[in-house]
Parts: sequence; structure tokens; C-alpha cells
Amino acid sequence: MDINDLRSLFTVLSFFAFGGIVWWAYSSRREQAYHEAAMMPLEDDLPAPVAGRDADQANN
Amino acid sequence: MQSQATYNYKVVRQFAVMTVIWGIVGMLVGVIIASQLVWPQLNVVEWLSYGRLRPLHTNAVIFAFGGCALFATSYYSVQRTGHTTLFAPGLAAFTFWGWQLVILLAALSLPLGFTTGKEYAELEWPIDILITLVWVSYAIVFFGTLAIRKTKHIYVSNWFFGAMILAVAVLHLVNSAEIPVLAAGILTPKSYSAYAGVQDAMVQWWYGHNAVGFFLTAGFLGMMYYFVPKQAGRPVYSYRLSVVHFWALIFTYMWAGPHHLHYTALPDWTQSLGMIFSLILLAPSWGGMINGIMTLSGAWHKLRDDPILKFMITSLSFYGMSTFEGPMMSIKTVNALSHYTDWTVGHVHSGALGWVAMITAGSIYYIIPRVFGRTEMYSTRLINVHFWIATLGTVLYIAALWISGVMQGLMWRATNVDGTLTYTFVEAVKASYPFWTIRIVGGGLFLVGMLIMAYNMFKTIGQGKAVDAPVLLPAAAH
Repeated sequence: MDINDLRSLFTVLSFFAFGGIVWWAYSSRREQAYHEAAMMPLEDDLPAPVAGRDADQANN
Repeated sequence: MQSQATYNYKVVRQFAVMTVIWGIVGMLVGVIIASQLVWPQLNVVEWLSYGRLRPLHTNAVIFAFGGCALFATSYYSVQRTGHTTLFAPGLAAFTFWGWQLVILLAALSLPLGFTTGKEYAELEWPIDILITLVWVSYAIVFFGTLAIRKTKHIYVSNWFFGAMILAVAVLHLVNSAEIPVLAAGILTPKSYSAYAGVQDAMVQWWYGHNAVGFFLTAGFLGMMYYFVPKQAGRPVYSYRLSVVHFWALIFTYMWAGPHHLHYTALPDWTQSLGMIFSLILLAPSWGGMINGIMTLSGAWHKLRDDPILKFMITSLSFYGMSTFEGPMMSIKTVNALSHYTDWTVGHVHSGALGWVAMITAGSIYYIIPRVFGRTEMYSTRLINVHFWIATLGTVLYIAALWISGVMQGLMWRATNVDGTLTYTFVEAVKASYPFWTIRIVGGGLFLVGMLIMAYNMFKTIGQGKAVDAPVLLPAAAH
């Protein structure tokens, strides 16, 4: 077994790793987490309730 | 509990302003070298000749303009999405001043003729060491800020910025491996590559293509994933798609470099491998483009009167166009026509002007009022004017070079019945002049747009004052 077999093996493993990522990303248990993640940039300028008066200063 | 801590906007302000300044400088040099092609008598002295200024143009627009834009937007969005101020603010300040020093040294050493001769990596070894120091500091600040974030999840824009930082570190270290020349026992700024022959060429274009793939693509996709949802006021179209196309880009981009070396001494199988991976890249590239554009789905009316959004959506259209064109040009038979012609230069500019510069303009227009205590830019009308001038300039530029590129390719390969060449090389040069003139107009228009942006920016700064917004608690914390 020479180094090229290892290289082939790594390529095949990478391919399966990618397949695993696709399967994981599209599994239904990720749905809620991704929904919350997608809202992150939109919520980053909503002040926490106790800090409402700082919102004007935040200015965006 | 609301802490009194504020976001570190100082370094964002510095990088945002310098993005516009270096954009003007880099594009001005571009217009000068474009003019030198049409009027060779403009090559007045050796250090301002085409050969010396051309690498200055590419370095200035990619690393000075594009680099400052990446620093500004990544520092801004990593703080906002992580609800924390920057980690190691002293190091963050060092990345600003260090990066400006790199740019100044490049602006001096390239016209003086110090170059390694490696495209996009022309800077000599002392500057390479400084780049390494700045980049490691950038990584510490960025990943340190991620480590102290107040949210559980790391938002996708930060994945793209992080991948860019890691990949560029690896690319820079490997391709810049070089041996300085000792003259009479004294170290000189001159060096030679640690690699030789076709290996050197392969390392160079592994670097060169991934500079496009990670610096100019992954980094600016990070920008897209934060600033498009912000400006549109809508979450990204599909978060799942963003995860999948992120990993698809990471797994495939590293292999596409050999398409720069078709029909050279590079082994044939390596060329074919590069071509296949370049073709595969169409899928993750369009994944990002579709995800960005479809973020506006259901709110298309916002495009009508928001020029910042126009910049962003148009940039994604150019991104989709150039990432379709790129895989096509990597096909060996197409490349046999396109390689070494203006088509390549046109392709690069449809990505550089249409995608990189336009998404940057949109994002910087978003940031500037927010870090200078204003709600919007001084003039929205001027943003609109900038948008139309930039779009017209880009279209003129790339259309002119498509025509001249295909024409050059066809003229170079044309043969008479007896097998001799139909045209001499200089005949193709002569036929290119009208298109090179149109290119100056297109590039000049784009430069005028940047000047309008600078005017708008300084007016906004004049009306406002430097403001650091207070760090907010994450929404999920209450």
C-alpha cells in the first residue's frame, strides 16, 4: 500500500463526509436550530427588554 | 443586565474609510495601465511603466481595497452576531496599521522593480513576513472574538470569514516559501522560490486560484450572508443551503488551480482533474448566488428604491454570471481559445468589478452611517448614481474584452491552407485597440463611481461623529 492508496482513501472519505453533512443539514431535527440561526443577524440590534432605553443610541 | 461595554467600531471605521481610499487608488492605477496599452507613449519612466504598474494595480485592488473591506465587514459582523466586543483590541489595531504598512511597502517596492514574479504574490520576502504577522493577528482577533461570543451558534457569515482567514494563511505560507539572496554576505530583498519548474507553476496557481476562491469568494460570501439579510430585513433564503454550499466550496475549490496551466508541461491528468473540479464548482457557486438573491423573495419591491440593495443583488448576479463563465473557460477546448487573451481579463473583471467591488460598496454604504452615528448616508440619490455608473462601467468593460478576447483567440489560431499563420501577432494587437479604448471608458466610469462614493462618505462623516454602539444581549438571553 503506497501513499497514493492513502490519497484515494482520503478522497473517498471526504466524499462520504460531505454526503454526511448534506444528510445532517437536511435532517428535520436541524430545522428549528437553523431557523433560529437564520434570524441571528436580524435580531442583533433588538435590545433586550431591560435595556430598551439604549436602543436609540444603538442607532440601527 | 445591560453592560456598558461598546462594540469596537474604531477599527471598523478605519478599515471602512481606507477601503474607499484604496479602491480609488487601485482603480486609478488600473485606468492608467489601460491607457498605457492604447497610448504606449504614456510609459514615461521605467518605474511607472506598464510592467511595474500592472502588479501594483492587482495588489492594490485585491489586497488594499478588497483586504480593507474584508477586515471592516468581518470585524463588524463578528461583533454584532456574537454580541461581544472584539477580542484583543490592541492586536486589532495592529492589523490595521500593519496592513496599511504592507500596502505602502507594496506601493514603493513594486514600482522600484522588486518582485518575485509570482502573480498576486509579487511582494518580496520582508513584506511576506509582515503579512504573516498581520494575518496571524487577524486570526487571533477573529477566532478569539468567536470564542468569547455570547450566542450558542456561530452564524454562517463567520464560517465563510473564518475559512477565508485559515485558507489564506496556508496559501500565503506555502506559495511564499522562498530563499533570500545573499550578496557579499548581506541579505538582500531579492529571493527565489523554494520550488522549481512545473512544481513551482502548480504551487503558484494552486495559490492563485484559491486567492480567488477564498480571498475574493469565501470572504465576500461572508459579507453577503450578513449584509444582504440586514439590508433586506429578511433572513437568508435557506440556512441549510448555506451550510451545504459552504462545505461544497471548501471541498472543491482547492483542486481547481490546474485550469490555469492547460496545455503546459503540467501532467495531462492534473489538467483534467483541475477542469473536472472547476466544473463541479458551478454547483456550490450557484448555491450561494441563489441563496443570496432569493433572500429578497417576497420583497422584490424593496429593490425599486433602495440603491444599497441594488448593489447587493446586482453583485450576486455578476457572481452567478462569472461563476458560470469560469467553469466553461476551464474546459480544455474552450480554454484553447480563451487562454492568454483578453477574455481572461474580462472574466476576472466581471468578478472583481461586478461581484467583489459591488458587494463591497453595498456593505460599506451599510456600515458607514452606523459607525458614524447617522441613520443613513448623506445622499441616497448619490448612491443610486454610483450604482448606475458602476453597472454601466462594468458592462462596458467586460463586453469590450469579451469581443477583443474571442477575436484575439480566433486570429491567433487562424491558418492558411498551407498551414502558415493567417495573422501576425501585431495584427491582433492592432485589431484590439478600439476595444481597449472602450475598456478605458468602462474602467473610468467605475472609478468615477468610487469618487462619488468617497464624496458621499466624507459628507456623512462630516455630519456625524464616531459612535461605538453598546454591546447588546442576544435575543435568546431573555
